[in-house]
This record gives sequence, C-alpha cells and structure tokens, in this order.
Amino acid sequence: MKLRTVLLSCVAAVGLAATAIPASAKSLLETARERGNLICGSSQGTPGFGAPDSNGYWRGLDIDICRAVAVAVFGDKDKVQFVPLTGQQRIPALQTGEVDVLPRTFTWTLSRSASGIDFTTPNFYDYTGFMVKKDLGVTKAEDLKGASVCVQTGSTTEIVVEDVSRQYDLGLKTVVFDNTQGTRQAFFSGRCDALITDASALASVRATMAKNPDDYIIFPATKYMEALTPAVRSGDDQWRKIVFWSIEALEEGELLGITSQNIDSFKDSKDPAVRRFLGLEPGLGTSLGLSDDFAANIIRQLGNYGQIFDRTVGKDSPLKIERGPNALYSAGGLMFPMAFE
Amino acid sequence: MTSMTFAVVSRPIPPRAPPPKLRRPLWRLLFGDALSAAITLGTIALIAMLLPALKWATVDATWHAATPSACQGAGACWAFIGAKLRLILFGLYPPTQQWRPILVIAITLLMVLASLSPRVWGGRLALLWGGAILVMLTLMYGGFAGLAFVPTSKWGGMPVTLLLSVLSLAFAFPLSIALALGRQSDLPVARGLSILFIEIVRGIPLVAMLFVAAILLPLFLPAGWTIDKLGRTLAALTIFAAAYLAEVLRGGLQGLGAGQAEAAQALGIPYWRMIWRIILPQAIQKVIPPLTNTAVVMVKDTALVMIVGVFDMLGAGRAAATDPAWPAPYTETYMFVATMYFSICFGITIYAQWLERGVRKRSHG
Repeated sequence: MKLRTVLLSCVAAVGLAATAIPASAKSLLETARERGNLICGSSQGTPGFGAPDSNGYWRGLDIDICRAVAVAVFGDKDKVQFVPLTGQQRIPALQTGEVDVLPRTFTWTLSRSASGIDFTTPNFYDYTGFMVKKDLGVTKAEDLKGASVCVQTGSTTEIVVEDVSRQYDLGLKTVVFDNTQGTRQAFFSGRCDALITDASALASVRATMAKNPDDYIIFPATKYMEALTPAVRSGDDQWRKIVFWSIEALEEGELLGITSQNIDSFKDSKDPAVRRFLGLEPGLGTSLGLSDDFAANIIRQLGNYGQIFDRTVGKDSPLKIERGPNALYSAGGLMFPMAFE
Repeated sequence: MTSMTFAVVSRPIPPRAPPPKLRRPLWRLLFGDALSAAITLGTIALIAMLLPALKWATVDATWHAATPSACQGAGACWAFIGAKLRLILFGLYPPTQQWRPILVIAITLLMVLASLSPRVWGGRLALLWGGAILVMLTLMYGGFAGLAFVPTSKWGGMPVTLLLSVLSLAFAFPLSIALALGRQSDLPVARGLSILFIEIVRGIPLVAMLFVAAILLPLFLPAGWTIDKLGRTLAALTIFAAAYLAEVLRGGLQGLGAGQAEAAQALGIPYWRMIWRIILPQAIQKVIPPLTNTAVVMVKDTALVMIVGVFDMLGAGRAAATDPAWPAPYTETYMFVATMYFSICFGITIYAQWLERGVRKRSHG
C-alpha cells in the first residue's frame, strides 16, 4: 500500500514537471535578457583562444567574441558565463540550448551546417601546418622527402599527411599517437622529424613546449584554409544576426581605426561611416533589437579586432601568431567587415 | 596380588624459548646468493636511473620565479605550481569568494573526521551528513543573504573532486542497499530489475556512461530543457558507484548465513526492522575492506569527469598548464595533482586498515 502511494506520487510529480516545460517560442534574446547573462561554450583550455588565467578569469580570442556579444546585449563584457566543453560535446551543447553561442576553434564545414546549427562569420582563419627543427633546412612541404611525421589519430590532419605525401610523392612516414599531448611530446623528444596540426595550435605548441621556440619553423602543409567560426543554434535569425554583427563590429572598428583608447576622439567625427558605426546616427542597432551604440560599447570595452588579436594570440601574447590571413583585406588579409549601413 | 596405587602427576613442560633471531651480516643479506645479489644490483641500478629525475625535481628545480620566463632552468618549475595553485585547487571559482570552497573542504574534512569511529555510525550521523551536504551545496551556489550566486560551470578544483566523490558515494550507498537486497529478494520482479541494473552498469565502462550523461542525455530531453552538466556527471558517477557497492554488499549478505534472518523471523521481527537492525549492521561490517576499496576507486574515478569538460582538480590543472606564458609545465602539474590524489586515497587506506583492526579485535574477544 505504501509502495503504491510512493509510485503514484512519483507519477504525479513527473506529470507536474511535464506540464511545467517552458514554451520555447520565446526568442533567444528575450531568454538571455530574462536570465541576465549570456551562456557561452568555451574550450577546456586552448592557449590564446580560450583559457582561464591564474584567477580563473577567461581570456582568449574566442572568449572575447562571447564578451563582445555580451556587451551588445547587456552592455557589460562580464555578463557572460562560460561552459567548458570538449570537442565532442560542443555540437550537442549548442543544439540542445545548453549554450547560446559557440566560438570554440570551430571549423565551418558543410556537415556541421546541416546539423541544426548556423555559422555566423569567421573570427580566425587557420591552415594545417608542419613544424620542423630549423637546422633541418626545410622550409616548405615539398622538401619533406622521406620524413617521419608525428600525427594524432582520428584527426583530419591524418588525411592531410596522406594527401601531401601522395601529391608531392614524398613517402612520408606517419608516427601515430592517440592523444594530443603524446603527439607533441613525441615530436619534441625527437621521435619524428615533423609535427603536423593546425598552424595556430603549432604556434602555441612551439611557445609552450619547446625549450627554445626559435629553433623551430612552421610552414603550411596545403593550400587549403579553415575558417574558425562562432556558431549559434538554427531557428533564431535575430540571434544569429546579433552575433554576426557583434563580430563584424570588431572588424569594422579596426577598419575605421577606432580603438578602445581613441574612441572618445571620434564623437565629433564628420565621417558618416564613423557616425553610423558609433550610433550617432540612430536606427542601426535598434533594428537588431540592440541599442544604437552597441558597436561603440564593444570597442570601448574590448577594443577592435586587431587589438584583441594582438593581446590574445598575436604579437603581444606569448603565441606570437602573425596576422597573415587574419589581417583586414586592406592589409592583405581575409577579414572583411560588412557595411554598417 | 598386592594392590598398587598410582599417582598421576602432571608437570607441564615449560614453553621453549623462541629460537634466537638469526642475525646475518648485512653483506650476506644483500649478496648471500645469486638471487639476492641480482636483486640488490637491480635495485641499485634502478635508483641510479631515478637519480636524474630526483635531481630534476629538487636540485635543479626553480622554486621561486618572479616572472614566468625565469623558469627556464633545466629542472622542474615548481614556481609554476605556486603561481597557479589557486586555479588548480579552486578552478574558476571567483577569487573574491574563495573562502566558500575553502569552507566546503573544511566541512568535508570535519565530517569525515567526525564519522571515523564505527561507534557513531547510525541514523543520526546519516542525517548530519545530509545536513552537511546541503550546507556545502548552498555555500557553493550562494545567491542568498548577500552571497553571490556562482553557477556550477564556475565550480572547480578540489571542492568539485571532493563533492563528486562524497555525493556520489552518499547517494549511491542507499541505492546499493536497495539493489543488494533486491538481488537477494524472493520477488521475481525486484530481483530481475536489480540484476538487470547491476549487470548493465557493470558491463559499461564509466567513460561511456559519462559520455552518455554529458552528450546524449541532453538530446533526449524535451526542447528547452537542460539539466546542469555537473548534475548529469554526478548522476552517472552515482549509478556507477551504486552497482559496484551493491555487489560488495551482496558479498556481505551472502556471508551472513541464513540463520540470522530465520531466527529473526521466528521471533516475529518485521522484515524492515530485521534488515535494518540485524542483517545490515553485520553484513556491512563484514565488507568494510572492499567498501573502502570501492571508495578509493570512486575518488580516483572522479578524475575522469575531465573528459566531459568538468573542471575537477585534474581538469583545472591541465587548463592551468596550457598557459603559454610558462614553459610547458605539464609534468610538474600532473605530479602535483597526483600527489593530491595520493594523499586523499592513502588517507582512506590508512583509515580502512585501522577499521579492520578494530573489527578483528571485537570479533576475537
């Protein structure tokens, strides 16, 4: 009899919980505003792109994308909560609404686009690269004849090694490891001649693991490039646009030469592009459901794309990644802000 | 025939003194025969091989470094551990609120110390533990009386390792009692379900269960529903622990003999009272060593949650080591974290030995 009461109350509880399911008709912007913060998927620690500092404060290029969106929505770069995700977890976490935005060294691919998520706009262009010791005298992939390459199993780079080897008839020997750390340690202990992985990762590996980083050289393995792109869940166009334009604002700020330091000197600017960007001409931000000065706030709190790049992965960071493809188109790169009109 | 009287006089033989301890000279002990000599030489070679590592860890090590670049020596960079201690021990918890995880660690230690002696075990202690767990969780969460709210995604380090271990074992224990009793039950449904649960869980690796909890489970839930990631991880650990504890308890129940239950039934003692007062206390006492073994295994298994993105002590340590400003201090970080785990687990082992001695003393007199 007692057991039946318990069972009945269990059923009742489940029924109550089921009726309490929130209607998901609300837009993500409203949901986030009600919650009071942005929830952002981050890595478990990728140098330069997203890792907690000694005080547990998240820093990195991907992290600052989240902070830019938080500034656009809440006007505060710290109104964001980071959820550390592994590589496998990140797509389900976005699909199920566990996170609002996912900038996590996430390459834009067709199959991912087809799985219920939308990519916004790239925040970093990357390529697959080789790292070798300088004293080998090798400077391009074609020269690597008969070399042994440390590679991580199950990664796309395993295919790249095969492709490169066939393309230039190099006869590359792969030494396969099942984890990132082992692969890298094997390379530095001299187990193989070259290490292959994403060039940005190579730069950080060189910075963190090499006894003397200047002894090593990095060059591209193929002509193909990957676009690391923050993604959102499909089905909420307004939200996708907010994230898209928050990232564009960083690049537009750099194009216009507006930095976090000099932004106040632009408030009397006559340049219509600057006036529109800073929200001095009303109507742009509000059409997205944001405030008109959202872009100005982003630049004021975080700096423009160039400033963020330099302090997280670029010349002011230990990684020292060159701007290369990540420079603005006006400086020979691929970064191209859409018009704030 | 003359009668003779016999007197039987018994004179106990005094016990012989134990044989004198054979004191062999040291060199004979070490090189007495071929085998000893080989072992001795092997040990010396092993120590010689470990010497560079020891030198790396002590003599050559950098203990203090004002800036990360000062840590470029040939030895270990222990200065890194000092600089990152906060991150490794407390993860992403806001530094201004650090007293809260410290308090949580202190409460855990106090509670463990308070429940060391088997004499205090009982319903009251279980209630006290329940209260302590509630206090710890509210302390970590905050969001009341001026305490800032801290979401679980910011929890990390030692408190997460301790909370996951304590909570998973605390929740799993009652569940495992139910499962162990169910497996012994005469009711076919209860027995079948218990066996099914235990065997399925024991047949799946913990890693797979963590992946299901962290990645698949959210996809099965209705749209707009999310369960906290730490909560999902805890659920997986609890289910895992319950299955293993249940099997340990079953050993205790089977070792008890039917006489105890039959005697209780003959006296008309109701089933639950018999279980609670007669069967369980004896069964648990029998299986203290394997129970503590399971506890040690669970503490170490919590380190696996790193693979699903929870910042436990190992995860926080690894995140700390990715700081590109420092020269790749992975070895130092892992050694430090290993030392922390060792001290926790070694503590449990010592406690288990002490408990066993107590049980043996009682059962021998």
